[in-house]
Amino acid sequence: MASNEEILTGLAEIVEEVAGIDTADVSTEKSFVDDLDIDSLSMVEIAVQAEDKFGVKIPDDQLAELKTVGDAVDYIAKNQ
Amino acid sequence: MTAFRLPATTPGARLLGLGSTQPANVVTNDDLAKTMDTSDQWIRDRVGIQSRRVVGDGTLLVEMAAEAGERALKDSGLELSEIDTVIFASCTMPSPIPNGAAQTADRIGISAPAAFDLNAACAGFSYGVGTAAGLIRSGSARHVLVIGAEKLSDWIDWTDRSTAIIFADGAGAAVLGPAPDEASVGVGPVAWGSAGDLAPTIFIKPENNALFQEGQSVFRWATTKIAPVALRAIELAGLTPADIDVFVPHQANLRIVEAIAKKLRKSGAREDMRVADDIILSGNTSSASIPLALDHMRADGRVASGDTVLLVGFGAGLSYAGQVITFP
Repeated sequence: MASNEEILTGLAEIVEEVAGIDTADVSTEKSFVDDLDIDSLSMVEIAVQAEDKFGVKIPDDQLAELKTVGDAVDYIAKNQ
Repeated sequence: MTAFRLPATTPGARLLGLGSTQPANVVTNDDLAKTMDTSDQWIRDRVGIQSRRVVGDGTLLVEMAAEAGERALKDSGLELSEIDTVIFASCTMPSPIPNGAAQTADRIGISAPAAFDLNAACAGFSYGVGTAAGLIRSGSARHVLVIGAEKLSDWIDWTDRSTAIIFADGAGAAVLGPAPDEASVGVGPVAWGSAGDLAPTIFIKPENNALFQEGQSVFRWATTKIAPVALRAIELAGLTPADIDVFVPHQANLRIVEAIAKKLRKSGAREDMRVADDIILSGNTSSASIPLALDHMRADGRVASGDTVLLVGFGAGLSYAGQVITFP
């Protein structure tokens, strides 16, 4: 079981790989769409990689609910 | 019980010719931005398309199909009379009856061939090549014309920016025939299948006869499930990913193309493997996209005789098919 901090670090690495955003900019309060400018297809790529990395399922309807990095960290922590 | 006489089998099939056609009418992203809420940058970022070809003069689907077929035949050097089977892969016939294959054969002037339509949507060309190769190997057919032709513009809601920016028209065709010996077989075994549980992610809406696509779901499926199909096709052919010179996936979305290519490279495909990016100027032409891309890459010198080429089609159904071919 990864801690919230470990999840954030891992998620930031995925966001960097998929969207080219510096890991330092990926903090819990940031909105994927409004702050990080990540589009819906990149969100799918991030979800797929997060599923592999953390052993969770993130269906498309759930994915739409994950507005901020913090939402994603919480979801992964709850479902891993 | 009476034993039947069966036709003599052949070592396998090979490609003999290739041809394609597109409408002359170019529709740019800026053209679309005049009638819907989108922009050139938005479209390039999401799907990688800069412009597409859309029938603007009433040209029929079977007319495009016949033109592509004629070009492939000419390229093959065969006589019309040598073609005994026509497979017409399409999901955009204006009506289900009559089929497109017989009409197209008649327009080309092929006399009384076996002729049937095959609807595997964007996987149609690879399904067609797989079927043709099987017919040739079994001795049921000798020279097969496989056509992928689509007039998606007939089935688009031109106010729906999620589909109108993607789909386009065109036709591509290949002629296949028997290889004289095992060493010259040029079509590998087909890796194919379907995922009918995901049928509702791409369908024609009955209320407006327009294509609907669940973009995120299809993107997820294509970027996770298709690389394994491509790798299976390579394995079935007794090759390794490093053997692939050219990769021609269905031109669904440039980001899907790049995601699959990246996975193949992680599995051993070479960095210098040439990857089709024909969607940039052709849009997504469903069953026509693979032969169109191949024909355009030949014209650009990016695919040459003897190259080992990996094809993989995927789309509505959902259905998918891939195989390795040797470029003629």
